[in-house]
Amino acid sequence: MATIHVDGKQYEVNGAENLLEACLNLGLDIPYFCWHPALGSVGACRQCAVKAFRDENDKQGRIVMSCMTPASNGTFISIDDEEAKQFREAIVEFLMTNHPHDCPVCEEGGHCHLQDMTVMTGHHSRSYRFDKRTHLNQDLGPFIGHEMNRCISCYRCVRYYKDYAGGTDLGVYGAAANVYFGRPEDGTLESEFSGNLTEVCPTGVFTDKTHSERYNRKWDMQYAPSICESCAVGCNLSPGERYGEIRRVENRYHGELNGYFLCDRGRFGYGYTNRKDRPRQPLVAGEVVTRETAIAAATAALKGKKVLGIGSPRASLEANYALRGLVGAEAFHDGHALGDAALVQLALAIVRDGPVRASTISEIEGADAVLVLGEDPTATAPRFALAIRQAARGKGKALAAEKKLAEWQTIALADLLQRDSYPVFIASVDTTRLDDIARATHRAAPEDLARLGYAIAHAIDASAPAVSGLDAATAELAQTIATALASAKRPLVVSGTGAGSPAVLQAAANVAWALKAKNDATGLALSLPEANSFGTALLGGASLEAALTQIESGAVDTLVVLENDLYRRAPQARVEAALARLKHLIVIDHQATPTAARAQVVLPAATVFEGDGTLVNYEGRAQRFFQVFDPTYYDNKIGLTESWRWLADLEARSAWKILDDVTAACAQALPALAGIVAAAPGAAFRIDGLKVAREPHRYSGRTAMRANQSVHEPRQPQDPDTALSFSMEGYNGTGSLDRPPELTPYAWSPGWNSPSAWNKFQQEIGGSLRGGDPGKQLFAAGAGKPYFGEVPAAFAPRGDAYRVLALHLHFGGDELSSRAEPIVKRASPAFVAISRADAVKSGVNGHATLAIDGAQLRLPTYISDTLPAGTIGLPAGFAGVPFFVHGALATVSGG
Amino acid sequence: MSATSQDNVIKLADLVGRPAAKPEPFVLSDAEKHEIEHELTHFPDGRAASIEALKIVQKHRGWVPDGALEPIARMIGIGAAELEGVATFYSLIYRQPVGRHVIKVCDSITCFLVGYDEIKATLERTLGIGYGQTTADGRFTLLPICCIGACDKGPALMIDDDLHTDLTPQNVVGLLEAYP
Amino acid sequence: MSAAIEKDLLVRPLTARITAGLPVDLASYEATGGYRALRRALKELSPADVQSRVKDSNLRGRGGAGFPTGVKWGLVPMGPDAGAKYLVCNADEMEPNTFKDRLLMEDAPHQLIEGMLVAGYAIQATAGYIFLRGEYVKAAARLNAALAEARAAGLLGPTDGKGILGSGWDFTLVVHTGAGRYICGEETALINSLEGRRANPRAKPPFPQIAGAWGRPTVVNNVESLCNIAPIVEYGAEWFRGLSQGKSKDGGTKLYGASGRVKRGGIYELPIGTTAREILEEHAGGMREGYTLKCWLPGGASTDFLMPEHLDLAMDFDTIAKAGSRMGTGLILALDQTHNMVAAVRNLEEFFARESCGWCTPCRDGLPWSVKMLKALEEGRGSAEDIVQLEKLTKLLGPGKTFCAHAPGAMEPLQSALKFFRSEFEAGVAKTPAAAAGADALAATGASSAKVA
Ligand SMILES: Cc1cc2nc3c(=O)[nH]c(=O)nc-3n(C[C@H](O)[C@H](O)[C@H](O)COP(=O)(O)O)c2cc1C
Ligand code: SF4
Ligand code: FES
Repeated sequence: MATIHVDGKQYEVNGAENLLEACLNLGLDIPYFCWHPALGSVGACRQCAVKAFRDENDKQGRIVMSCMTPASNGTFISIDDEEAKQFREAIVEFLMTNHPHDCPVCEEGGHCHLQDMTVMTGHHSRSYRFDKRTHLNQDLGPFIGHEMNRCISCYRCVRYYKDYAGGTDLGVYGAAANVYFGRPEDGTLESEFSGNLTEVCPTGVFTDKTHSERYNRKWDMQYAPSICESCAVGCNLSPGERYGEIRRVENRYHGELNGYFLCDRGRFGYGYTNRKDRPRQPLVAGEVVTRETAIAAATAALKGKKVLGIGSPRASLEANYALRGLVGAEAFHDGHALGDAALVQLALAIVRDGPVRASTISEIEGADAVLVLGEDPTATAPRFALAIRQAARGKGKALAAEKKLAEWQTIALADLLQRDSYPVFIASVDTTRLDDIARATHRAAPEDLARLGYAIAHAIDASAPAVSGLDAATAELAQTIATALASAKRPLVVSGTGAGSPAVLQAAANVAWALKAKNDATGLALSLPEANSFGTALLGGASLEAALTQIESGAVDTLVVLENDLYRRAPQARVEAALARLKHLIVIDHQATPTAARAQVVLPAATVFEGDGTLVNYEGRAQRFFQVFDPTYYDNKIGLTESWRWLADLEARSAWKILDDVTAACAQALPALAGIVAAAPGAAFRIDGLKVAREPHRYSGRTAMRANQSVHEPRQPQDPDTALSFSMEGYNGTGSLDRPPELTPYAWSPGWNSPSAWNKFQQEIGGSLRGGDPGKQLFAAGAGKPYFGEVPAAFAPRGDAYRVLALHLHFGGDELSSRAEPIVKRASPAFVAISRADAVKSGVNGHATLAIDGAQLRLPTYISDTLPAGTIGLPAGFAGVPFFVHGALATVSGG
Repeated sequence: MSATSQDNVIKLADLVGRPAAKPEPFVLSDAEKHEIEHELTHFPDGRAASIEALKIVQKHRGWVPDGALEPIARMIGIGAAELEGVATFYSLIYRQPVGRHVIKVCDSITCFLVGYDEIKATLERTLGIGYGQTTADGRFTLLPICCIGACDKGPALMIDDDLHTDLTPQNVVGLLEAYP
Repeated sequence: MSAAIEKDLLVRPLTARITAGLPVDLASYEATGGYRALRRALKELSPADVQSRVKDSNLRGRGGAGFPTGVKWGLVPMGPDAGAKYLVCNADEMEPNTFKDRLLMEDAPHQLIEGMLVAGYAIQATAGYIFLRGEYVKAAARLNAALAEARAAGLLGPTDGKGILGSGWDFTLVVHTGAGRYICGEETALINSLEGRRANPRAKPPFPQIAGAWGRPTVVNNVESLCNIAPIVEYGAEWFRGLSQGKSKDGGTKLYGASGRVKRGGIYELPIGTTAREILEEHAGGMREGYTLKCWLPGGASTDFLMPEHLDLAMDFDTIAKAGSRMGTGLILALDQTHNMVAAVRNLEEFFARESCGWCTPCRDGLPWSVKMLKALEEGRGSAEDIVQLEKLTKLLGPGKTFCAHAPGAMEPLQSALKFFRSEFEAGVAKTPAAAAGADALAATGASSAKVA
């Protein structure tokens, strides 16, 4: 603790921060540009100047940069000092000598940190009367716009992109008043985390191109607190809507999960909601019908029939639970792909019942030795990957501490670190997008990855099962990794379902548990197939295999498929055959899938942006997502609604009026899910007697926006399900009260219109949100568990067929985001990966023909120098790549 | 995933969304590679050779062509964007073609006070070019340079590596003859 | 011959060999006492002994800031576990009107090498680098030749573990040539440049002595500072202090110089504290016929102008600072009555604006603004506001306001010119607003230069 004196007042601060951070924590505003809570202090912009005094008697003082000055005990400063104020105003004036006065046409306007800081410093008219420098812009691909004239050279973009996110294709060029931030040449930014540039940049240089096409000001959009559905991490989002379209997704700060940053799939993958080809009205036999007709048709297909339900790991708990209610617990199936349900159950058992609970993202960032076993986290849990990078760089903090330097001295940390890092070991089937930070990499088939893991665990704790017949090199690597992990203060194991192998998960658990016995600070993070994998697993449905088997036997009349496309879950031939045996197929979904195309009844569902519900992430954290807008407001022909509502209607259950009723019923029925009610305040919650407004208080044009239909403005849609209102009416944060973090739709605070406003919502800068980080952890720490003991046999290539391995890519494999236009542009075409030796052996040349699960396909080849011999890799979930089960075999021939 | 074969249809670039590779691949000459490798031995980290490596390529080719960035960056273990950041920071690295000879006229205070203007004007008139330009025959490029430490003998300039001092509008034209 | 030089070396330790016109090879250097200090240090003195000699000598850094060299070395962590450490010679010499280090490197390369060896020994450095500006082609050739000779003679590492002259302490030394940019001379920017990065300065703390090149303890010293080290170790601290002959409380000689329209411009090694008048009038022979001294810069572009009435000041760090300027590099630039101060300052600020590294706002954006205003005033289309704004800039870009000392240095000539020659600035204010606007419009089309010329 330290006492500091600011403008004659005394404050207690923690003493480890810099003055800027300390003052912001105290609620005192100091303008800044180059400083960023996640990027630290570099002292470049000189905006955060304050007057520092030697002691209370020093009346003269001197200007210092608050971001570069420790808030140590006995510091005397003045923010209000006249010279400091004039200096800060002058800094904005300097920046404005080149910055165009183009706010009216700039997309940043209205959530621009530069605008906010300009107002804060009071600069309003300029004395500069000469020309401004101008730059050319670059085409940076489908996500990010580039308008270099607006650059104020705070260097945040390169510091984020290169130093923080490990990107290599964005740099700073030139010198003096001619510095340029961009790629060496035009082209798509390579990093999977490029979208954060739009928030890191304090002006309008890097803007969201997906938004540009349908642009509007921040204050003119309607928001809701949302959760990303692109993977199981559950990053918090702030999506914005206008005219019935989602127009932009921004980060919603979460202290333990996403922090300030999202991945590009999560940020730019929202477009599936806006697709024109979505089912928006009920269909019976392909014809648009009324709601009543559809319900009648569905009810007829259900009544007195043998019914099965297949749920979905991409649908809310409430929707799945409602399906379970409709068809009965026995007939409910969890909807994961063949093979995945068992993997998810295994992962659940490991993190819920085992001694090591799942690490948060901020805990991953704090690890000092990492083993990645069987995953490419950049694809399967992207936010893990960004966090693992911070873990590796974390060694800079330790080196700085030795030299008595503060953690926020970012450049000094990097200078001390040079190319050193905490060790990260990556064992995976092929190269990963984190290999550049790996101390060592190991490429092998899943069985062999598991064997490596088992060997590591055994090397850490001899009572863990040993592996026999390991080759010398692998044994040595296991020993090296074991030593590094065992000597770390905060070791971390990252694995998941991506390798499609229970043995890999078991081996990863053994490593974590062996470490845990020695070190309580051991971490574990398992990636899962989908956003609500754990939620559906906790509901306890039977597997898809069981459902298909029953259907194939002809015992099933009616199948209800909830937000799921069976063609992505089982081989095509098997799905077709099974569906052919049904009398009725009812599909509730928001996408026009091949499965929906075969349904007699299609009930159009809400996407995550159009409804409310609960998801359970990889940690077991239940998080509520909230409806952003009501699509029927703009088009009353639209007949879509939340899946749970359709299901409640089908059952004609009057007890479920609002979401809270379903959530509560689910919590009550399943003790494991008892906590979900507490994931967010219910519909009855009020602040000062008000609901929380979804729209900023400056929202404009409401009376006109439906004028093309009628000049009479209708009543705003009512939201019975939540404590949020579809309106600017309600509590919007302009008062003195905090909205609960779960109900904070967007970042805004008086004087802070940009995403920097999040700093105003935190207990302390970069820490947890006031009121606690959103979500409710459903798992308590588990007890000790015996080691897994089934060490698999080594993989042996076969002469006649190749083992098919799933390759995960950030873009193109995830079902929903790959229906969004910009993601389609960013994804590679489908391919088959094959090792160089096998390519020669099988005579493939540019293209290969595969026979797999009875299907034939021809794909371009990707020659891998790292893929294990005897295997081929297929990009999982890609358009043009049919579903294949884990462990499938394929034959390969040329051309 | 790292692909090296030319014939496979999918390349690493496709997987990470890189723009298509340039049609003419750039190759460093053996001499360039050899000299850069020698430089690498002087420092604890290969990055330290970045400026020297750029200068080596420039020595052989007159300037640093775009295509050279990637192979140099690979040799010294940094990204091409980062190397370009270095290349464009330093004023003596040319990222555009220059003439066979580069005339660098000192424009700092001492030379400025003792007659720089006339030297500059004479050169511009004689060569028909201004700063940053190259004569049509590709013989000379004219650039300003900061103080070259010949202040007691100013005005001064350098042509390539040669220093010329005590210049007058009369003698400066004659200097050019030695640079065909 | 050698005896005469050795005697001269006791008075002018930096240039006695040079003025005698000796060849710059190892043999000639050793024949005149070269590498004796190194041998003595390695055999007879501990690193701490060498450090205390240098501390006692009162040698203040000759790179411009005048920081005591011994004190700087004293901050370096010592001891067997200290690991890799570096000694870097700042041979970037790019400060306008500075040409002293060039002389030392071209004509006395072994003296620099010996100085670095002794300094390296004192801080137990593992390797040394001479950061030489790229344009000094001759100096690079001379230094590299000298280094090769020294290596061949076993005076330089690598020595395969035996250590230099069998001392067990090994030291390698290479020349690293730059590629332009004045800012590389700032010691932390220099370290970044040495590491192969953009030459943005680094924040202090951490000071380079704690975490410098490659994150390791690093000492950066100027060429002239280092050339003094071997003589100090050989002849002792007391001798060195005595070299100033009581003209200054600082020790040693200093390379002074003169340029501008003086009769005999050049470099002169004189006791530190010699007056500016003696330098200009005796050694440089005074102003050329028809020219009178208007004002002078004591030591480079980043120092304040002084007036003829300041000529009797002793040229040392403290005295010149008291007069409101800085000795800087100690090479005097004389301006005469033909020079217009607005034009001169415009030229200086153009230099500083162009050479800004572009890291911090006031320097990057403030300096180009100053140039535009100065240009307007120079061309008679300035406004009275410009002068007010220029004055503001001298505060806004002053010490502590910017990230490094580049911009404050740039403000020194501007603020002193505004102080001493305000009327020349006022003369540049356009007579009518229309004239100013008209001139601006012309400037934008590029037509104004014709008009002004
Ligand atoms: C912008 C700037 C440029 C500098 N250029 C040089 C230079 O060219 N040579 C030099 O020796 N010192 C230069 N310095 C001073 C160095 O930062 C540093 O103080 C000096 O090298 C230390 O050596 P010394 O203690 O031996 O004087 C410069 C400083 C600044 C701020
Ligand atoms: S003062 Fe100038 S040179 Fe120094 S850091 Fe700032 S921009 Fe760079
Ligand atoms: S925020 Fe402190 S200098 Fe930029």
